[in-house]
Amino acid sequence: MIPELGQFALILAMLLAALQAFFGIVGPALKRDRWMAVVTPAVSGQFVMVATSMGCLVASFVANDFSVAYVAENSNSALPLFYRVAAVWGSHSGSLILWIFLLACWTVAAAIGTQRLPRAFAARVLGVLGLISFGFLLYTLATSNPFLRLDPPWPDGESLNPILQDPGLAGHPPVLYTGYVGLAVAFAFAGAAMLEGRLDRDWARWTRPWTTAAWAFLSCGIALGSWWAYYTLGWGGFWFWDPVENASFMPWLMATALIHSLAVTEKRGLFKSWTLLLAVLAFSLSLVGTFLVRSGVLVSVHSFAASPTRGTFILAFLIVMIGSALALYAWRAPLLKSEAGFELTARESFLLFNNILLVTACATVFAGTMAPLISSALGLGKLSVGPPYFNPTFLLSMLPLLALLSVGIRARWKRGNLSDRARPLVLALIAAAVIGCAVVFGLFTGGRVLAPVGVSLGIWIILSSLIDPIDRLRRHITVPRAVLGMTLAHIGLGIFVISLTTVEAFTAERDVALAQGQTAQLGGYEFRFEGIKPIEGPNYSGVGGTVIVTRHGSPVAVMFPEKREYWVQHTVTTASSIRMYRTTNILIALGQDLGDGRWSLRLQIRPLVTFIWLAAFIMAAGGMLAISDRRYRSARAEAPAVSPVTAVTRSEAG
Amino acid sequence: MSRFTLPLVLFALLVVVLAIGIKQSPDKDLIPSPLIGKPAPEFSLPSLTDPGQRVSSTQLRGHWYLFNVWGTWCGSCRMEHSMLLKIKQSGVIPLVGLDWKDDRGDALAFLKDEGDPYESIAVDQDGSEAIMWGVYGAPETFLVNPQGIVVYKFIGPITEQTWEQQILPRLPMGQTPAAAASS
Repeated sequence: MIPELGQFALILAMLLAALQAFFGIVGPALKRDRWMAVVTPAVSGQFVMVATSMGCLVASFVANDFSVAYVAENSNSALPLFYRVAAVWGSHSGSLILWIFLLACWTVAAAIGTQRLPRAFAARVLGVLGLISFGFLLYTLATSNPFLRLDPPWPDGESLNPILQDPGLAGHPPVLYTGYVGLAVAFAFAGAAMLEGRLDRDWARWTRPWTTAAWAFLSCGIALGSWWAYYTLGWGGFWFWDPVENASFMPWLMATALIHSLAVTEKRGLFKSWTLLLAVLAFSLSLVGTFLVRSGVLVSVHSFAASPTRGTFILAFLIVMIGSALALYAWRAPLLKSEAGFELTARESFLLFNNILLVTACATVFAGTMAPLISSALGLGKLSVGPPYFNPTFLLSMLPLLALLSVGIRARWKRGNLSDRARPLVLALIAAAVIGCAVVFGLFTGGRVLAPVGVSLGIWIILSSLIDPIDRLRRHITVPRAVLGMTLAHIGLGIFVISLTTVEAFTAERDVALAQGQTAQLGGYEFRFEGIKPIEGPNYSGVGGTVIVTRHGSPVAVMFPEKREYWVQHTVTTASSIRMYRTTNILIALGQDLGDGRWSLRLQIRPLVTFIWLAAFIMAAGGMLAISDRRYRSARAEAPAVSPVTAVTRSEAG
Repeated sequence: MSRFTLPLVLFALLVVVLAIGIKQSPDKDLIPSPLIGKPAPEFSLPSLTDPGQRVSSTQLRGHWYLFNVWGTWCGSCRMEHSMLLKIKQSGVIPLVGLDWKDDRGDALAFLKDEGDPYESIAVDQDGSEAIMWGVYGAPETFLVNPQGIVVYKFIGPITEQTWEQQILPRLPMGQTPAAAASS
């Protein structure tokens, strides 16, 4: 009964989404007020139906209804309640329901948020969102219905691989999807502007908080996924340039570009057609990502059971959504006129560079992700590119971006004269270079050329981000939340750059030969070798070592690196022992028996690795802080009654 | 062509590439396992019934067999059990079990009470063998041919229907009970 109810609700939701799309898009075009009046009730109705459907699926999981194929395949009665609920989005069909549910939530939020906006515009935004929702509902019902029954039902469901029972995995998809789906709102705002054929600075201000919110969720979602992979899979890496990772990273890069481009459009009425294109592309890339993950055309470690039928459907959907948006763009964008010009060293230029570099970075990631597909389409066989391609090409566009950031923050809108603003910036640069080099050469030994550059850049970004807020505080001017948020996000970026550089450059490694009871030092940690004992596994035998790790005399960890010989393959493999200690990752691998009672051991320390994820959360927090700025809450650009002080700060906020 | 049309043109090119990608991907409706059409993982594991003995993939070469992942903790495996016994009775194909993350005493007691459909049972105590097979949950069953290639994978309990419609048609005509029994 409950699964049928869920399916029924899903069908109703699809019909309501169709109404929402039709009246939202056609109503304003024909200027029919009564048609437009249908849109908001359709949004509410659709939300109730989608929520009901989602609720039914959750209830089927909670009640262990193994007559539902999706439940039986993804859960079992021994699974704790928490993981039964998380299992809802554990696989393809259910994750689509989650996607649709989150889209319905964003749509309701957009319906509330656009109440103050012109009626036709609001109707168009909701109409575009309805179209997206309709497409996904149709897709789910046609190819991936999670409510299908089994006959006969299973007495119990599939017992899951324990590696998938993890809070990180339970939390990562909803957060990531919230970000993905949130970009649909920016897309809808762009669609509405193009349908209207009008785009002004108010439009940019309305769109900004939505974009920033989606971006913040996306940042958290990507960080959660990376963190989960790092500590669960224990491969010692936090980013693998896997197609699925790239599928979430490309929209993030586009959204980052969009946030900055929107700032220019709002402040100065420039970059209009560019901003529009970015808004379309950011969401388009999340749709393309969905396609790549679920159609089975790319092989990935994250693979859902993929199917070309589903692929064909999504491709058709991509053509309709992205194709019509880009066609609309080709038609409307030439009509948009920039409202002013700017000088070469004005802030606009720096933001333009920011956009070019971010889009370039995104394009290189896209090219790398698509490489296997393109080469096989051209009949060149399967080619796949990995970190040796991604790392240097990505760095190539990121380094200038980071170098220009500090200057860009200090640059003025419109006017190019930087000289009176350069002093604190130069001071910050000198301080950053001194601190960076001191840290790099003082605390660590060795390292690569990029290390002092990276650390100094990171510190420079942090220091120069602080100049403006500190300056305002000294002059007793309120710092608006938008500026505080921007500062926080840039500080997060600085921390990210520092920690990434540190991890990449100062992963300290040492090969030592130790007898029982002997100790070795590395990076302030002491490793005491407690000897070797034979181990017996189910399909291997070998030896296991015990190493006690201490720091300044206090215990850190007891670690057990192993060396296994698998009976069948007769291969000897090393099972390293990996531990997280505060912000540092410690790895010990057992090497050769040197014969005289000593064993060779490889010790490895990765400092600051935790800060990589922390930095992403700081950036997201900055975004959220910026959204809470009151400027986004009024429909018009300048409310008539503001105090002179706030008026000043507003015009400066960035 | 205006510069504003460029994104649309690039997108059209992308659509072409994606469409070719779909066309070239395997034409099965579902790809349940990347192992299909590939050699089954090599293994040599202790036997459940006789810990001194080993069950290895080399012994199984040259015969069709069904590789069935199960555990006494898995309810669906218990449900599947009667079907497995029927398969054994038919003598068409031997069943090789992988007792996954199980207690040896429980497993032996279960087989004593319910009957043992398996030709041999390998023990995967820490679950590493199941990872090699890409096992997501239990029960899962792999059909392996004499060359050691995985021909088919079924997720969930095997039913009469699966047996007749999915597994039997994949076996060669010459697969007689006698040929199977000799393994």
